[in-house]
Amino acid sequence: MATSRRDFLKVAAIGGGAATVLGFDLAPAYAQLRELKIARATETRSTCPYCSVSCGVIIYTLGDKAKNVTPQVIHVEGDPDHPINRGTLCPKGASLEQDILNPRRLLKPQVRRPGGTDWEDIPWDTALTEIAQRVKKSRDETFVEKDAMGRTVNRCEGIAFTGGCTDTNEFNFLVVKAMRSLGVCYLENQARV
Amino acid sequence: MTNGWIDIKNTDMMLIMGGNPAENHPCGFKWAIEAKRNRNAKMIVVDPRFTRTASTADLFLQIRAGADIAFLGGLIHYAIENDRIAKDYLLNYTNAAFVVKEGFKLPEDGLYSGFDPAAHTYDKATWNYEEGGDLTGKAVAAEAPHKPAPVPAPAKPGQTPPPAPALPPNVAHDLALQHPRCVFQLLKKQYSRYTPEMVERITGIPKDQFLKAADLFTSIRKNGDMKKAATIIYAVGWTQHTYGTQIIRTAAMMQLLMGNVGRAGGGVNALRGHSNIQGATDMAGIFDNLPGYLKVPNPADTDLAAYLKRITPTPSKPGQWDSFNYWSNTPKFVTSLLKAMYGDAATKQNNFAFDYLPKVDRNYSWTNIWDNMYRGSVKGIFAFGMNGVMIGPDTQKNIDALKKAEWLVVGEIYPDETSEFWRAPGITADEKKNIKTTVYRLPCAGFAEKDGSMTNSARWLQWKNAALPPPGDARLDQDIVAQIFLRVRDLYKKEGGKFPDPILNLTWPYTDPQHPSLTDIAKEINGKALADLTDPATQQTTKTGQQLPGFAWLKDDGTTSCGNWIYCGSWTEAGPLVARRGTEDPSGLGIYPNWAWSWPANRRVLYNRASCDLDGKPWDPQRRQVWWNEAAQKWVGNDVPDFKADSHPKDHLGPFIMNPEGVGRLFVPLGAVSDGPFPEHYEPFESPIQNPLHPNQSNNPVVKKLTTAADKFGTPEQGFTVVCTTYRLTEQYHYWTKNNPMNVQLIPEPFVEIPVELASEIGVRGSEKIKVTSARGTYVAKAFVTRRIKPMTIDGKKVYQIGVPIHQGFRGIAEDAERNARTPANLLSPTVIDPNAYTPEFKGFLVKVEKA
Amino acid sequence: MSQATLGIRAISGHAGSVPGAGVERGLEVCKLIDTTTCIGCKACEVACLEWNGLTFSETTFDNSYQTMPETSWNYWNLIKFNEHEREDGSMALLMRKDQCMHCEEPGCLAACPADGAIVQYVNGIVDFQQDHCIGCGYCITGCPFNIPKFSPTARKVFKCTLCNDRVTQGLEPACIKSCPTGCLHFGSKTDMKDLADKRAAQLREHSGFANAGVYDPPGVGGTHVIYVLHDSTNPEAYGGLPKNPTIPLTVQLWKTPLKWLGNLAIIGGLIGVFAHYLRFGPKIVEEDENGKQGARQ
Repeated sequence: MATSRRDFLKVAAIGGGAATVLGFDLAPAYAQLRELKIARATETRSTCPYCSVSCGVIIYTLGDKAKNVTPQVIHVEGDPDHPINRGTLCPKGASLEQDILNPRRLLKPQVRRPGGTDWEDIPWDTALTEIAQRVKKSRDETFVEKDAMGRTVNRCEGIAFTGGCTDTNEFNFLVVKAMRSLGVCYLENQARV
Repeated sequence: MTNGWIDIKNTDMMLIMGGNPAENHPCGFKWAIEAKRNRNAKMIVVDPRFTRTASTADLFLQIRAGADIAFLGGLIHYAIENDRIAKDYLLNYTNAAFVVKEGFKLPEDGLYSGFDPAAHTYDKATWNYEEGGDLTGKAVAAEAPHKPAPVPAPAKPGQTPPPAPALPPNVAHDLALQHPRCVFQLLKKQYSRYTPEMVERITGIPKDQFLKAADLFTSIRKNGDMKKAATIIYAVGWTQHTYGTQIIRTAAMMQLLMGNVGRAGGGVNALRGHSNIQGATDMAGIFDNLPGYLKVPNPADTDLAAYLKRITPTPSKPGQWDSFNYWSNTPKFVTSLLKAMYGDAATKQNNFAFDYLPKVDRNYSWTNIWDNMYRGSVKGIFAFGMNGVMIGPDTQKNIDALKKAEWLVVGEIYPDETSEFWRAPGITADEKKNIKTTVYRLPCAGFAEKDGSMTNSARWLQWKNAALPPPGDARLDQDIVAQIFLRVRDLYKKEGGKFPDPILNLTWPYTDPQHPSLTDIAKEINGKALADLTDPATQQTTKTGQQLPGFAWLKDDGTTSCGNWIYCGSWTEAGPLVARRGTEDPSGLGIYPNWAWSWPANRRVLYNRASCDLDGKPWDPQRRQVWWNEAAQKWVGNDVPDFKADSHPKDHLGPFIMNPEGVGRLFVPLGAVSDGPFPEHYEPFESPIQNPLHPNQSNNPVVKKLTTAADKFGTPEQGFTVVCTTYRLTEQYHYWTKNNPMNVQLIPEPFVEIPVELASEIGVRGSEKIKVTSARGTYVAKAFVTRRIKPMTIDGKKVYQIGVPIHQGFRGIAEDAERNARTPANLLSPTVIDPNAYTPEFKGFLVKVEKA
Repeated sequence: MSQATLGIRAISGHAGSVPGAGVERGLEVCKLIDTTTCIGCKACEVACLEWNGLTFSETTFDNSYQTMPETSWNYWNLIKFNEHEREDGSMALLMRKDQCMHCEEPGCLAACPADGAIVQYVNGIVDFQQDHCIGCGYCITGCPFNIPKFSPTARKVFKCTLCNDRVTQGLEPACIKSCPTGCLHFGSKTDMKDLADKRAAQLREHSGFANAGVYDPPGVGGTHVIYVLHDSTNPEAYGGLPKNPTIPLTVQLWKTPLKWLGNLAIIGGLIGVFAHYLRFGPKIVEEDENGKQGARQ
């Protein structure tokens, strides 16, 4: 999929008038230009997920948001209004289209069982239920209500949560709420390393 | 960043060190180039390698990795000796005049007063200000010879430690800066040892080059001129050391000495590595904080009052000065957070559910997660967008740790090394069968598929929109966390279990609980009124249920809820300020007040009161940020004043409103920094030399080694003589773009940058394979033989440095095609951490290099 | 369909009138590349590949940050990296974006025998029209900058179009827009020349580069891509930028005294085309290498 590229020369003839003889343009169309591929695409303003400059990007998707279209990315370009990047992007930001539209994306939940030598598919509901059961078991097994000095500590020492660098503030707050309520102390993030 | 990306264009002088912004922050780096193009600003780059940033510099110095404090200490020494300091600023906006307690000792032998060698900690009693009044012009008795402070007996289990010493409310001070124990004199003494000769011995930078750089950098303060401003720009090249916090402190001290903090084109500017690292820190995705930099409770905090008393500072300043001490509002922030988390279950009677929070009294940071998983006590781990195996340090230890976990839940968009640790290279089929870990790999949504806000390095919260749905059966990350949490809650409802109260009572006020909208959460973070509120000064009101206009509205009586006080004001009744797109910049300073929203309170440059002189007039009339308006009797300006708006300059309210002193800290009292009130140069944990300042105390004394069999360290005697640094390349992004054919095409294979001289010594030509070995592991890649890293002379010894980019691992386009050795770079790095920020020492460890 | 208004100033292998020559006025466009602020990030390389939808190639590490040794038929924009030690012993990493220079007197166009395979618009853009390209490769010999590259699969020659699809819509080229430091700039030739001169003067006065100057080589009549160099006396140090590029003598001969020969070749070409038609039938729209017409999944 990724190496299948846009049709290279979708042409619009301009310039010299073309007289068709025997299927040939004997009088050549002297200048043929590709049409602007983003002319009628939908623009969505987003933020580059890579470094902390947080450049504004415009994601161009197929279609005009009409009901019968599934949007797919056709191009990503810098947002010229953004005061910091002013439309510019680095080689990572400029390749975001390939990040969104990437054949390596994970598309379904998988599990690797103890001793397993490969991934197995697992329905979402089963995966989430099993995870919840494991969380509860590990928490109940490792929860400490009082420390050696008898002081209330209410902490769960058997579970760790590590968050990534592109998680939104809102996701992070949800995680802080959920994990601190479970008593999780090992709450860490890319921010540390 | 104290300032912001665009503000760099206002600078006259840049010191870029411990960072490589041209490669890692190219679009932010444009503003450095703009400063050069439009102001003829000068750029000094100090780095172990001649980087692509260095290629645009006016002056480049090659430093040994990890010798940064020696360089910066040398700069401080030079600035003081040559009178290139901002005298009024120093006297009035820093604690230079504060007198330090008798008994405080500088680390001539590598140790400050109060060291306990058994516990690797300091008793910080002498790291404090002297109580008293104005000592200016008063005769000072000759100092008694230093007596070592008594070492307190270590606390026994079951014994409550004595209360921590507090800062004195009325600080002794000498405005003539002559008292031998005043901060300025101590500072001068401390860095008098950092002579250009010493700088050369430690850093490998020849004395004449160092002096050239020192002269250039401090030239903006020639003849007492205060108009110009210099910025210091750094990144993880400073944080990833066993004294990383102290390197940054040294830079901050330099900037305070030169009067550069708070000013357009000035500041101390940390370039965070990733899009929302700033936000993750703000939101306390880290063990030792709660949202908004609130310290996490510890077991000694027997109730809410005790906790608040411990973490709420009281002013500590000269009697005739004033201090805003903004952290005095801590109880309002904490109470509002508890209301946001536990809603109606948080009442005055139950200490606002304070007991629901886990109490933390030891290090639960990143490396300790893996250490304790390796030891077997961490049973399960979530990794959401976090590739722990690759990030390291010590990849092998992390893989071995995961083998001992019961379960691992990975939320990712690509197959990564962490989710596939059980089939890492070298694991045999038999071994695989013995790995009992259950691994769930859940497909998440990419950035383009999610809305929400991220906070950039300049503290701007920017809302983004979703452009398309996640592919296949992938789900939104927030939905996954919600769906797991709600299932756990159901289990506790049905089955009971250990202390279910916080789980059952956690607020979940989202329109669709299984699919919480990020808009709902953003509003929850901003906070709302839980009762009708009136501002006594303006008579403005906020009705019950309305979004709060800003953190000045927060209450400690349970009538407000707010998920993160520093984000209060980001999503008000006026709507999402984080989504604003105003492109006007009336001042031309790059403030863009109506673009998105920055914390705190939309201020773009922190401590901007310090951009003005004592009378409230800008140091540079060309770059006017804020100023005192005598007619209106308030602070006004192009930026939001980071100050008490109606504080008249004659009240001498300190510009550093978050410090209890009200002024910038050259000397950090008590335990705010655990390894010394002033930074001191220590060697990296693995170093080619003994510390020339104090060979008997070569390393940071408060750093503790981990003790598992996996934690190995190498020495020059064992043949590990080459200094190794890890880093990113501009073409790749951590462990992410190795899945992107475009970026793989740009940098197709792993390589190691090595000096020409080292290459000829080991008989390797460019693009031939080499083997890099540390005490932990081996890394094989092609040699990038370059003249951009020169051999160095360190304390008389010839030392080579090499550089290892971190990007490639064992899953990726090139990896899957077996076009590389499938070894992560962090097989090499050691697990040893900075005692303040707990960041591992990825920079400047020892290796040997051979032809493969 | 694009309603481009670009007029044409010159046409390869063409006898007879040229639609825009001496008729249409046009703003002459120009790319300015300030090598002194280039950070070699390759954003321009990626932007070029993304915008033009070029295929990926497998590259190998060759003791350099440089993506590949030279531009290729599907890689029109390449940063050339050169480690360079200055006379005072200081280090330099010279980075120069290499691409079509869009010469005022294009050697490729002069050399090309195929009618309409290469055109020059009145705005200065030199554009290859693959529909008319016969794959002879003469343009490759004609170029003093080693830019046009032959695709063995398409059997045509390709190079940078200066994003004429964007320019005709009033947009800047993709590489220009992406450039993080602004070392790439786009505008009229007059404005770019002015900017370049000022920047070079600034480098001489404030940055100690006594030989800083502008590269706009007269041997090809000037170019629509110009450089600011730290040392304009030594362009070869920047990945082999020719000091005084000219159209090769053979091409000059071919186009002037021997032009009648060229015309003969065109007639020969037409006969060949007719013979081709008789043998293979009418031309069909070429498919891309995956055999899919514009498929995006």
